[in-house]
Amino acid sequence: MSANSMKDAILQVEHLSMKFGGLVAIGDLSFQAKRGEITALIGPNGAGKTTVFNCITGFYKPSEGMITLNGADGSSFLLERLPNHEIPARAKVARTFQNIRLFSGMTLLENLLVAQHNKLMKASGYTILGLLGIGGYRRASAESVELAKHWLEKADLVDRADDPAGDLPYGAQRRLEIARAMCTGPELLCLDEPAAGLNPKESAALNTLLMDIKSSTSILLIEHDMSVVMQISDHVVVLEYGRKISDGSPQSVRTDPRVIAAYLGVDDEEVETVLTEVGDEDVIEQLDIGPDTAHGPGTSSSYLAGPVSDTIGHSEGERVTVSKGASKAAQFDAKASVAPRKPTERATAKPPGKSPTSKPRGGRK
Amino acid sequence: MAVSVSSERDTVASPVQRAFREALYAGAIALGLFILFIGLKTDQNISNQLILAQRWGLLITVVVLTMLGRFFYIAYGQPFMTNQKIADVATGLLPASLASRFFQLPAFIVAIVLAVVLFAFNSALPGLVGDKLAGGLQFLRALAVIYALACVIFYFRAFIHANFTKLGIAALVLYPILVVVVLSIYAWSIMGGLQGSLKWVDNYGIQILIYVMLAWGLNIVVGLAGLLDLGYVAFYAVGAYAYALLGSHYGLSFWILLPVAGAMAAFWGVMLGFPVLRLRGDYLAIVTLAFGEIIRLVLINWRDVTNGSAGVSGIPKVTFFGLMTFNSTDPNYIGKVLDIAQSSAYYKIFLYYLILALALLTAFVTTRLRRMPVGRAWEALREDEIACRSLGINTTTTKLTAFATGAMFGGFAGAFFSARQGFVSPESFVFLESAIILAIVVLGGMGSLVGIAVAAMVMIGGTEALRELDFLKSFFGKDFTPELYRMLLFGMAMVIVMLWKPRGFVGSREPTAFLRERKAVSGSFTKEGHG
Amino acid sequence: MQYFVQQLINGLTLGSIYGLIAIGYTMVYGIIGMINFAHGDIFMVGAFAALVVFLILGSLFYSVPVVLALLIMMIVAMLLTSLYNWTIEKVAYRPLRGSFRLAPLITAIGMSIALSNFIQVTQGPRNKPIPPMVSQVYNINGISVSLKQIIIVIVTALLLALFWYLVNRTSLGRAQRACEQDRKMAALLGVDVDRTISITFIMGAALAAVAGTLFLMYYGVIAFSDGFVPGVKAFTAAVLGGIGSLPGAVLGGLMIGFIESMWSAYFSIDYKDVAAFSILAIVLIFLPSGILGRPEVEKV
Ligand SMILES: Nc1ncnc2c1ncn2[C@@H]1O[C@H](COP(=O)(O)OP(=O)(O)O)[C@@H](O)[C@H]1O
Ligand SMILES: [Mg+2]
Repeated sequence: MSANSMKDAILQVEHLSMKFGGLVAIGDLSFQAKRGEITALIGPNGAGKTTVFNCITGFYKPSEGMITLNGADGSSFLLERLPNHEIPARAKVARTFQNIRLFSGMTLLENLLVAQHNKLMKASGYTILGLLGIGGYRRASAESVELAKHWLEKADLVDRADDPAGDLPYGAQRRLEIARAMCTGPELLCLDEPAAGLNPKESAALNTLLMDIKSSTSILLIEHDMSVVMQISDHVVVLEYGRKISDGSPQSVRTDPRVIAAYLGVDDEEVETVLTEVGDEDVIEQLDIGPDTAHGPGTSSSYLAGPVSDTIGHSEGERVTVSKGASKAAQFDAKASVAPRKPTERATAKPPGKSPTSKPRGGRK
Repeated sequence: MAVSVSSERDTVASPVQRAFREALYAGAIALGLFILFIGLKTDQNISNQLILAQRWGLLITVVVLTMLGRFFYIAYGQPFMTNQKIADVATGLLPASLASRFFQLPAFIVAIVLAVVLFAFNSALPGLVGDKLAGGLQFLRALAVIYALACVIFYFRAFIHANFTKLGIAALVLYPILVVVVLSIYAWSIMGGLQGSLKWVDNYGIQILIYVMLAWGLNIVVGLAGLLDLGYVAFYAVGAYAYALLGSHYGLSFWILLPVAGAMAAFWGVMLGFPVLRLRGDYLAIVTLAFGEIIRLVLINWRDVTNGSAGVSGIPKVTFFGLMTFNSTDPNYIGKVLDIAQSSAYYKIFLYYLILALALLTAFVTTRLRRMPVGRAWEALREDEIACRSLGINTTTTKLTAFATGAMFGGFAGAFFSARQGFVSPESFVFLESAIILAIVVLGGMGSLVGIAVAAMVMIGGTEALRELDFLKSFFGKDFTPELYRMLLFGMAMVIVMLWKPRGFVGSREPTAFLRERKAVSGSFTKEGHG
Repeated sequence: MQYFVQQLINGLTLGSIYGLIAIGYTMVYGIIGMINFAHGDIFMVGAFAALVVFLILGSLFYSVPVVLALLIMMIVAMLLTSLYNWTIEKVAYRPLRGSFRLAPLITAIGMSIALSNFIQVTQGPRNKPIPPMVSQVYNINGISVSLKQIIIVIVTALLLALFWYLVNRTSLGRAQRACEQDRKMAALLGVDVDRTISITFIMGAALAAVAGTLFLMYYGVIAFSDGFVPGVKAFTAAVLGGIGSLPGAVLGGLMIGFIESMWSAYFSIDYKDVAAFSILAIVLIFLPSGILGRPEVEKV
């Protein structure tokens, strides 16, 4: 990687792997997110997108790989080495969750004040001075309310500031979660499916909010809604079964045949042809994944990391049976070049629609 | 004996029919439950062998009462309840329509008159109606007074609701003075009033306030941070023994040892918390329970230091800030210094104000902390720990501070307890105490200081009041000790209150900050934590 | 060595009783996720029922064969405690199902207080000693094994086998496991959830009653307050083994039994409970879900 790209990359993920027992949720993934851009991470369900987020934000310790965050002030952090709570606090990475996690019994304002915990903690002299009424806690407290108000206004929630978060409609909860993340003062904001379940109006409001945030903060975005992705992202990384199958501008990604095959959908009949072509016996392959191997993203065919089962009972290095659906990109490969790999049964989930801009999941209500 | 009541039949049958059927079921079940334990009693004969005594009459009575209770509940109670609006009124106790029917002016006047008359003729009563009835009348008098007070509260409910904190604190501050004044007038002598106030100030006032303070302390851990602690009494014990041992061996003053006791309890809170706080849910509960038991067992068995089950006695009394003492033999005994007559009531009243001050300190600190980042982080932790971590909150230290703060208040209460008793033994720190404190926190409504105080008053005051039912002896015979039923009723009350109000007396949550207006957060949104 | 084996046998006996009680905790926890604090007192009620039946038998008949007497005591105790637990579940826990998590915990504590005090009020506060029922002691190589101990271990083993069969091989067991996984879904698929939960409580109570009868036979004395300590130990055992796991409960029970008897034998009898609790804390620090418990995956 050139020194120049190092500089303007806020986040660099190198050879990241995450295994759960025998299940490889992410296999040797490398990509970078540039400062001031919206980088979208897309891929079918179970591709490992949330797992990437969990590795970046310290909820999971990656099995292998390096995640570097370059701060605006020139500092840089190896995120996989930082404790969970220090990633937002020191490396300034904030995130939202696929299943909204608000403090539902606290008011909107309180939710945003909790997000400013570390700043306020310092201002209150780690509680002791503040308890005695000494020091600048009062002022800091007023400032934090101002910041909260600022983000409530941006998220168009200021009218409901004193209501419990659990009382908000779904779309508003999504926006609140983003506003809360923004209150930590992040340099990188990771959003996990922020538009899921939003109606078109809410979705549009979200786009505006994101464009607004983009002016000050870099964004890493997981999204199924292609209209959102194509509209606002500057860079797209496509994952399938834990490996990267495409990486580039929205335009280049949407025309990438592998992506179309994997994510945007191959016709059922086509899949069928592929299946008959390659046979449908169970594929059992030895898992042997390491960042040192010369597997470049997209060429590796040994990362069979399908969802084995809900509970994991495989130890590392064990043989893994691929169930449910095998990689569609691989099916495409197989079809194109009769590759030496054999996808198994056909996907249980119905393949998504045919047009590249359609949503693969019932994302909209 | 599986009973399944099909709902289709319910709709067809009239309430009375249904009640009849239900009563039969209830009777059958009661018979099954009680036949061996009420129908028969294991007794020891002279040669210390167990024999069985038969009590079939009692069994039948209990079964019939159960059936009647069930019958009236299904036939009249339930329909009545469903007709009432469940909406809470300011009293928080009765539905409004029911309450306004229950508290009425004529009844209020009758109650006042009854109470006054009974008070006036108190000494003449046994002569007039005999001992047996006199006891009953005294009880009736107490009921009349309580009813009259409840009427007053109901009448002014809006005002009381609006100024609850101020009024509550004022009432608590004035309570001993009022008791002494009323009793002095009644006995027509100040000495008599002081002497008579002992019971009211000590058994009710101090006793309840200790539990209020403990429950407020535990509230930080359970109610705010959502960490289930079943061994809170351990910190109470640490505080109590810290004062008992350091005070009696080294003669250190209470005022020095109070912070020491708090610090030691907090230290133990951290010691316990450090390894176990990453446990979740019920695992944390059992470890804290185990910790409470360990502390108690060490107190029992480490005889060289703690004197084992015999306990530590001769614990010095608290001094009046070092200026005066409450030992009548001391040269600066309060009676001598102030030149007033000797009475043990001074100490009790002083202790009352001391525990009141300590409890209010707990409340003040809790309220203050809730509005600070730690307090908010505690509550956020209860709501969602993972979200907390994603916001950069160090959950371990946050939990530890909650544990330590709660423990510290437990330690303060413990030091006070040993100063008040003058004696401590491991007996006072059994699991039951932890359970009672936890029950008060939950019954009060997790996180709500007011609710918890009310719960402590109802539960502790209620069981204390059962001591007053000695007159029942004259009805049920000498063997009848109402006190024995104290904990039985306490346990049942816990169940009933919880069934009636699963979120506690005060289910809503007061937000810690607001932009435009302060609105209470309904209990259905708050979570109870998983830790 | 003999001494060690002797302690092992004592521990096995004790552990069997704890294990029987622990199963009740673990099953209830597994199916509705609540700590049934009253379970220790259910055990005590079982012992008292056995005691009363013992006295009835003594007063009605001149002599009854010991095995028959034990059997009758056990069965009556099982029926009675089942009725108790069934009623308690119906009255105190069912209305709170699915509400606030601490509410059923508090009613359970309330029920525990009420039960022990109910027995105190109705049966008196004193210890209730009975004459020894079984007194044979066999001496094998200097190790003494009493018949009581043999009975306890055999009864426990038989019950566990039966139980294992019930849970793993019958439709009832399947319904139970289904409720454990997802109560709503189980109900949608036609499992009678209320009934399954009731039966779970009944099964737990029956085992506790057996434990109570065996306890009475082994120690020859019972008091109203005797539910608490074995209850807490059994709960500790359930957690140690991994709450929710049946083999875990038995394993935990045995471990607690062994720790206790070994500690009393080699260190000090005073601190045997401290040892048991400390080991619980230590185990949980390293295995936060107990020994056989399913590790809780933190899905984010
Ligand atoms: N904590 C975990 N334990 C075991 N498997 C997990 C865990 N978290 C995620 N996985 C598995 O990793 C795969 C990727 O999941 P995820 O990252 O949530 O996919 P996505 O967000 O792309 O839909 C899935 O097969 C999922 O079951
Ligand atoms: Mg996801």
